[in-house]
Amino acid sequence: MSLRLPVTAADHALGSADAPVTLLEYGDYQCPFCGRAHPIVEALRARFGDRLRFVFRNFPLTEIHPQALHAAQAAESVAARHGEDAFWRMHHAIFAHQKALLDRHLGEYAASAGADPGAVLGDVAAGAHVARVEADFAGGVRSGVNGTPTFFLNGERFDGDWRDLEGFAAAVARAAGEASGHVHPAQAAHRE
Amino acid sequence: MPTPLPPGAAAPDFTLPATGGDALALSSLRGRPVILAFYPADWSPVCGDQMALYNQVLPAFRAHDAALLGVSVDGVWCHRAFADDRRLHFPLLADFEPKGAVARAYGVYDDAEGTSERALFVLDAAGVVRWSFVSPAAVNPGADGILDALDRLDPKSTP
Repeated sequence: MSLRLPVTAADHALGSADAPVTLLEYGDYQCPFCGRAHPIVEALRARFGDRLRFVFRNFPLTEIHPQALHAAQAAESVAARHGEDAFWRMHHAIFAHQKALLDRHLGEYAASAGADPGAVLGDVAAGAHVARVEADFAGGVRSGVNGTPTFFLNGERFDGDWRDLEGFAAAVARAAGEASGHVHPAQAAHRE
Repeated sequence: MPTPLPPGAAAPDFTLPATGGDALALSSLRGRPVILAFYPADWSPVCGDQMALYNQVLPAFRAHDAALLGVSVDGVWCHRAFADDRRLHFPLLADFEPKGAVARAYGVYDDAEGTSERALFVLDAAGVVRWSFVSPAAVNPGADGILDALDRLDPKSTP
């Protein structure tokens, strides 16, 4: 199962586009499994450093997670207003407080990320970023996302057990090895 | 293992008890594409994910005017509790008595488990199977295969 929408500059990414491995997560901010996966992703990022780029796309299952859509919209609003660093502060704040995702909580996390909570909640109420979230979701469905979290390593769905950090890390390392055989460092340096 | 009905086969008609109504006849949906999602059981975690996913993808199915039916051997009260719990907005059909008869007719009954397999069929508006897929029971097949099959039925509406 392969990713149909390639990673672009419009995606939220941590790490360099030149990294040999891109780990992409389709996630839902209210999904408890995504909450459990968050520290696993952080551990992989710590372990692989510059060799790993992490990308997050929204896949809110709003019928079973009624607060997931507002959380995703709030994170997108913070990104649109204050940039990627602020997005990631918001992303981490949401997963750190996943059991409190009412709008007033989202406002607190937005403030802690450096955003004006009133403006962010105004965007949420107006649905300013719903289209972006829905586009993420639709692209995920077409790529074979079958629940949350679903991970892709260099565009291939990772069907292993993400809860097993060592197994997940081994898959990342394999992806890094394969990719380094295809992308010469000198070529990589010329890419954006 | 039996063989699932292949593309080109006429989809056997059936009438089964359904959530949200008394009984549902497949033939009543003639004129629209139909997605039949056979799954082993209500409440098992993978099924929950799969049905929750399809629930969320319903607007994309409806963009093709397609009807989605979930089918398992669970009884209608079990289905009702499951559908309420997961807030499902599509009918679940009880292939309960005689047990698994519809799954057998489509070639996706697992005698060893006493349940249907995890199988997907896309029927066209004339009631002909146009795509079928059997997934390992533990693997949620996602929705991309269904959407691709619907696109092929109706190329004009490809998003």
